[in-house]
Amino acid sequence: MALEDLHHNFLTGRLEDMVRWARRASVWPATFGLACCAIEMMAAGAADYDLARYGMEVFRNSPRQADLMIVAGRVSQKMAPVLRQVYDQMMEPKWVISMGVCASSGGMFNNYAIVQGVDQVVPVDVYAPGCPPSPETLMHAIFTLHEKIRTGEVLQRRGGATPPAASSDGWTPVVPVAVRLGTPT
Amino acid sequence: MIPLPPTAPPGVACADALACDVACFPTSGAYLDLVRAWRDDGFEICVDLCGVDYLGHPGRVLPEGVVATRFEVVVNLLSVSSRRRVRVRVQAGDREPRVHSLFDLYPGTEAMEREAFDLFGILFDGHPDLTRILMPEDWEGHPLRKDYAVGRVPVQFKEAPGPR
Amino acid sequence: MSDVTHETTVRVAERVERLTAETSEGPQGLRERRSTGPDELGREVGAVLRGTGITLDPRDVDVERHDDETMIINMGPAHPATHGVLRLMLELDGEYVLRTKPVIGYLHTGMEKTGETLSYVQGATNVTRMDYLSPISNELGYCTAVETLLGVELPERAIWIRMMMAELNRMASHLVWMATNGMDLGSTSMMIYGFRERELILAFFEKTTGLRMNNNYVRPGGVAADLPDGWEDDVTVICDTILERTDEYDELLTGQPIFRGRMEGVAPISAEEAMALGVTGPILRSTGVAWDLRRTMPYLAYDQVDFDVIVGTYGDNFDRFAVRLNEIRESVRIVRQCVERMPGGDYRAQDAKVTPPPRARIDESMEALIHHFKLFTEGFQVPVGEAYTAIESPRGELGCYLVSDGGPHPFRMHVRAPSFANLQAVPLMMRGGMVSDAITVISSIDPILGEVDR
Ligand code: SF4
Repeated sequence: MALEDLHHNFLTGRLEDMVRWARRASVWPATFGLACCAIEMMAAGAADYDLARYGMEVFRNSPRQADLMIVAGRVSQKMAPVLRQVYDQMMEPKWVISMGVCASSGGMFNNYAIVQGVDQVVPVDVYAPGCPPSPETLMHAIFTLHEKIRTGEVLQRRGGATPPAASSDGWTPVVPVAVRLGTPT
Repeated sequence: MIPLPPTAPPGVACADALACDVACFPTSGAYLDLVRAWRDDGFEICVDLCGVDYLGHPGRVLPEGVVATRFEVVVNLLSVSSRRRVRVRVQAGDREPRVHSLFDLYPGTEAMEREAFDLFGILFDGHPDLTRILMPEDWEGHPLRKDYAVGRVPVQFKEAPGPR
Repeated sequence: MSDVTHETTVRVAERVERLTAETSEGPQGLRERRSTGPDELGREVGAVLRGTGITLDPRDVDVERHDDETMIINMGPAHPATHGVLRLMLELDGEYVLRTKPVIGYLHTGMEKTGETLSYVQGATNVTRMDYLSPISNELGYCTAVETLLGVELPERAIWIRMMMAELNRMASHLVWMATNGMDLGSTSMMIYGFRERELILAFFEKTTGLRMNNNYVRPGGVAADLPDGWEDDVTVICDTILERTDEYDELLTGQPIFRGRMEGVAPISAEEAMALGVTGPILRSTGVAWDLRRTMPYLAYDQVDFDVIVGTYGDNFDRFAVRLNEIRESVRIVRQCVERMPGGDYRAQDAKVTPPPRARIDESMEALIHHFKLFTEGFQVPVGEAYTAIESPRGELGCYLVSDGGPHPFRMHVRAPSFANLQAVPLMMRGGMVSDAITVISSIDPILGEVDR
C-alpha cells in the first residue's frame, strides 16, 4: 500500500455517514415565525437556551439558504399558500418541524380560520407538542430530527413522494382545485 | 348619564350602560350626525367599532322606541380631554345591513369598518376601500355571523395552480 | 434562436404571474398608480386632515407621477423584520416611500368566534393567545369585562396580585420589544440581552402559573393560584436586576450615535394625527399626550400606587423608544410597591357562583364536588347585558366588548386590540421616508400580529 509516506492519522467511513453527519451538525432553520410559538423559538435561539450549541443558530431569512422550516404557530387559511410557497422555495434536502399544537392539529382553534394541521400543506417530520412548547421541547424535537437525519436516506427527495408530472405546457403540474365549502345556510 | 351634546340630532334614545357614561341608540339616519356631535363635543378618539349579530338573542334590553334589528354596529368613543366614554349603538338592518361610514370623522375607523364588513357583511356607505381585511379575498360568507358554522373548513388554496 | 428566448421569457413571465396569483390578495393590496384616484393617493395625509377641516394640499399627493417612475414592492408576510406575518406593500420612488398599505389577516385565528363557544371560565384560555407578549393583560381585559357584567367584588389580594403580574408582564413585553428593535437595527447583542432578562420574568411566571407564556392565570373572580412561597425574594431579585440592566441599555443604546441617527426624527407623528387614527399607548404618549388608562381611568389599584406617566415630545421613533425604556423603570417601581403592600386574604372572590370550592372541601362534601364539576363543565351564567371595559396593555388600550344573553357562553366577544388600531398609523409614518427606515417604523409601532388578526 502507498500509505507508508502518510505522516498523520486518518479515519475511514462511508460517504453516506459523512453526508449525514455534516447535514445533522449544521441544520439551518428558516425564520418562519407565525404566532406565540415563534417567541419561544426566538427564546430558544437566545442566550439561555442557545441553539448555537447544535450548529443551528443561523436563522436564515431566505428560504433558499435554509434546510429546516420550523412552522412555529397557527397557520391560517390565508397563510397556507404562502407557507407552501416558502417551502417550495427551499432547497433539497429539507425538513419540517411542526411546533406547537396549533401547527400540528389546529389545537384549541377548531374553527373556520385555522388549517387543522400543517401536514395538510407540507410534509412534516417532527411534531413538537405543547402550547407553547417550551424551548426544551423544541430542542427535543430538534434532537429527534437529528436522529432522523442520522439514520435516514441520503438521496431521497423530500418535497413530495412522486415529483409532479409535467402538463401539456411543459411547466405546470396539474393539481386538483381545492374544494370549497360555502356558507352554511 | 351625561347629557347629549347640544348639536345632537333630536330624538335620540339614551340609556345607562356599564362602565361607560352613556349609551345612545340613534336611527341609522341620525347616526352620522350624532357621532359628529360627539366629536365636536370633545371626543377625540374612536376607540372601537364592531358589529354584533343578534340572531337568536331575543331578550336584549333596548330603550323604548328603538326597533331591534338583527345587526347592530357598536361604536365606543373616548374623550381624552374630559375622560369620558360614550357608546353609540346603531341598528344596522336585517337582510342587507348598511350604515354610514365614520371614515370622514375618524379616519381610524377605516380598518375597523373593514373588519366589520369582512366578518359580518355590514356595508359602510362612503368607506373609501371596503374590502376584506382578515379573511382571504375570495372567501365565501361572513364567518362571525351566527348562521355561519364554527367548524373546520378544508384548506382552501388559491385556484391558480402553482409549480409544486 | 430568438424564438427560444422569447418563449422562455413568456414562460418565466407566466410563472411569475402564477406565483403571485397564488398568494396575492387582490384588492386588499396596494393598487397601481394608474388605477388610483388622487383622493386615494393622498389618503394617508388627507384622511387625517379631513377630521380637522383642512383640505388636502395637492403638492402632498403628487398626482403627476406615473407608474414607470415608481415601483411597488412587497414586504412579507414571511419577512424577518415585520415582527410576525405582517405584509406591507410599499410604493417607492427610488429610495423614498410614497404610499404604504398593510395587508393583514395572515394570522386570523377566529378567536372571536371560538370565544362564543367557550364558557366564561374557558374564555381566558382563548384570549390569552391574542397578544402573546403580554398574555396577562389580555386575560385581565377579558376578566374585567366578565366581572363588570357579573358585578363581582374582588378581594384586595387578587387585585394586587393581578396588578403585580400585569406589570411584570409589561416589563417582559417591553424587553422583547427592545430586543427585536435592537435586532432590526442590527444591534444583535441587544437581542440576546433582552431575551436574557425576559427569562427571569418567565421563570417566575412558570413558578406561579405553571406556564411560561399563555398563562391563563387571571380568571373571572380572581386569579388561578396564590403566589408561591418566597415570591417576595424572587420578585425583588427581578426588580433589582432589571433596573440595573435598563441602565446598561441606556448606555448601550441611548447615547450611541448610530442608534440615535436611525431613530431621531424618523417617522414623527403628531398628537392630532395619532388620536384621529385611534392610536393609543406608548405611541400616543410619545407625542406628548399624557394618556395612560392606569392613571386617567384607574382600574385595579393603580390609583393607590405611585408612578409616573412617561411622555415624549416629538412623537418620533426615538421618543417611542425612550417611553418604553422608561416604562420598564416605572413598572419596576409599581412592582416594588406591590411587594411591600401586598395584602393578605383570599386570592379569588369567595362567591360560590364563580369560584370553585377549595380543594379540601371537594374531598369531604358531595355538594362541593358537584358544584366544582358544574362550574367547569357548564360554566356560570352571566346576566343579560353588554359591557365594554378597557385596560392599558403594553401596546395601548385593550378593550373587551362582551354581550351576554344570560347563558354560560358569551353571545359576542370582541376584543379591541391596540395593535390593530396602531397599525393604521404605518402609512402616515412611512410617507416620504426612506425604505430602510420602514423597518424601524414597524418595529417602533410594536405590532403583535396575533392581536391584530385575532
Ligand atoms: S400552539 Fe399555543 S403557543 Fe403555539 S401558536 Fe398555537 S396557541 Fe400559540
